[in-house]
Amino acid sequence: MAAPGPSQEPEPREHYLNASYGIRSWLLTKDHKRIALLFLASITFFFFIGGLFALMIRLELMTPPGDLFTSATYNRLFTMHGVIMVFFFLIPSIPAVLGNFLVPMMIGARDLAFPRLNLLSWYIYSIGGLFTMAVVLTGGVDTGWTFYTPYSSTYSNSQVALTVVGVFITGFSSILTGLNFIITIHKMRAPGLTWFRLPLFIWAHYSTSIIMVLGTPVVAIALLLVGLERLLHIGIFDPRLGGDPILFQHLFWFYSHPAVYIMILPAMGVISEVITCFAHKRLFGYNFVAAAAVAIAVLGFLVWGHHMFVSGQSMYAGMIFSFLSFLVAVPSAIKVFNWTATLYKGQIVYSTPMLYAFGFIGLFTMGGLTGLFLATLGVNIHVHDTYFIIAHFHYIMVGGAVMAYLGGIHFWWPKISGKLYPEGWGRLAALIVFIGFNLTFFPQFILGYLGMPRRYHAYPDEFVVLNVMSTAGATILGVGYLLPLVYLIWSMRYGKSAGSNPWNAKGLEWQTTSPPSTENFPITPVVTEEAYNYVPEPIGHG
Amino acid sequence: MAESATATALAHQFDDLEQQREAGYLGMWTFLVTEILFFGGIFTGYTAYRALYPEAFAIGSHHLDYWLGTINTAVLILSSLTMALAVHASQLGRRRSLIGFLAATMTLGTAFLVVKWFEYAHKFEIGWIPGPDFAYRGPHAPQVELFVSFYFALTGMHALHMVVGLGILAVLLVQARRGRFSSEYHSPVVVSGLYWHFVDIVWIFLYPLLYLIGAHH
Repeated sequence: MAAPGPSQEPEPREHYLNASYGIRSWLLTKDHKRIALLFLASITFFFFIGGLFALMIRLELMTPPGDLFTSATYNRLFTMHGVIMVFFFLIPSIPAVLGNFLVPMMIGARDLAFPRLNLLSWYIYSIGGLFTMAVVLTGGVDTGWTFYTPYSSTYSNSQVALTVVGVFITGFSSILTGLNFIITIHKMRAPGLTWFRLPLFIWAHYSTSIIMVLGTPVVAIALLLVGLERLLHIGIFDPRLGGDPILFQHLFWFYSHPAVYIMILPAMGVISEVITCFAHKRLFGYNFVAAAAVAIAVLGFLVWGHHMFVSGQSMYAGMIFSFLSFLVAVPSAIKVFNWTATLYKGQIVYSTPMLYAFGFIGLFTMGGLTGLFLATLGVNIHVHDTYFIIAHFHYIMVGGAVMAYLGGIHFWWPKISGKLYPEGWGRLAALIVFIGFNLTFFPQFILGYLGMPRRYHAYPDEFVVLNVMSTAGATILGVGYLLPLVYLIWSMRYGKSAGSNPWNAKGLEWQTTSPPSTENFPITPVVTEEAYNYVPEPIGHG
Repeated sequence: MAESATATALAHQFDDLEQQREAGYLGMWTFLVTEILFFGGIFTGYTAYRALYPEAFAIGSHHLDYWLGTINTAVLILSSLTMALAVHASQLGRRRSLIGFLAATMTLGTAFLVVKWFEYAHKFEIGWIPGPDFAYRGPHAPQVELFVSFYFALTGMHALHMVVGLGILAVLLVQARRGRFSSEYHSPVVVSGLYWHFVDIVWIFLYPLLYLIGAHH
């Protein structure tokens, strides 16, 4: 199979992008596809703001002494980086952009169940974002993205209240998105589309939505109580009154650990779509991969205590949380093995999305395995609060979630925009991202193992080589992220027409025109086959 | 006439009213699950601290006005009844009684908030509010302040939900007066009823947890 060529089909005359014009038609749209693009613009903005903070962190760490920023400023830099990347980029990234665009299309629906709620979700996100930008412009916040009490509730002299309000508000955006997906997937599937014919992207988003709906309210109340404690002296976590700061950590991690699965589960959904398409094969063990998504969502709620091994929680609780954390590795490993087995004897096309998918599998596996080190009580105490942790979760969140996000954006770009992106540039950017990522974060595993603690702006001279490597890698990574921004925007105007199905992919979203009409499908499709019903082509290349 | 009402009530993304109704119900139930988790977080905190400081929580509870809490409980249970009757009226397409029961529910909800207002005002008068000026100086003073923190956080959050509920009822009332609902199309009333009952149930838990700890004399 060759790489996709320009399509012979003409572009549809009327589609969701030109159905109406003007700023009002976008700001008041109820079309899930347009709302997805609103989210795409907003989260891209926050991705680069958060990236700017990362750049400043890496610049400071290029030299051992804390010479570029004071330690107080440095605290604000890494906190803003964390808050923006976690709450304003990673959590909404795949669900709010690709999920919003694709969930209705993949199940053959005209829209999500509650389109107005969907638009509201974007406005709520934007209001939360405005609060956060206000924090950035008024000096930032320095508690770390985890807002641990009593530092956040009592002692910090930064914009804690404003940040907490911003994150609290944004949480409701996530709740509404999750709720919308759950109802849509339950009630609006096309005729014949049974649960076990659903694409795994849908299973992934269903599992993610469950976490969003069950977890987010808990962090909302925890942050609300911190805000009330700061502003109104409601002292629920105040040790002076007998309140327990550890209670805050429990409530915080009850959401914020599952939040990791909010980031990674949709990414896994993207990978299942991309791997099957470019290996041109059915997914190996579909039922297991689907069940594993739900299992991860459920087990993910039972492991939060592994963030608190050294916080003073009971040793026995620590042992149970350690054991349960090991269990999460089982469904995750099932997925990795099944993707790999899907590649076996596949007719593989090394397209840009596939390169990202390969990157994902390798980096996610490394992030996951180092997660097992961290779930082990003894090792955890050795590497706790070191760069080992930083490297581990960046392998999951950047190596995993962001790689899949970029892969997904490329994979569905022809559907979203109706245009092909330049394949050569795409592959080059994927390669640059992979190299830059590993150069940035692999040295941090070693740094952490050698004992370099996180959240300090200075470090001993012996760590300088590895830190310079990391900063160099971050620069390369930055280039890798800027490239797609440029050529994807370029392709909107100058790209070749994609046609409805440039990848010869299965899935309902590829059966309609690119870009789709506002109603998605001229008539509601009827599904008669399983997902990924790819038929291997006879050997010999056309 | 019924047909044109159906056509205007059906949103474009649904195939029929049945699907739309089911989606609405499931949506509200899912939302209520998020609400349970929201209140669940603070109930967890309450449970932990009450187990740690039982005497302080009893002292705090004894200082609340047992009778005002009881009256408010009765008011809310009654409002749940009128809400259920409003839902019933909407299902039968009885416009006048729907309007009447919605108004009655709003009146009872407002009465609850008025009583709550007087309770809060009294607490402010006697300095029974958390913070550096907390007036109570008896035994277990810091932990009693913790109890009072829970009192304000829990009842405050509940009252906020009541205010939202009253807003929803006001919208329903306007729509009912315009004849928006019929025996075919009434799911907004049903769904809002679910929300109202949920807020009542939260109070059913708050009442004993805050007002009835230990024996009252």
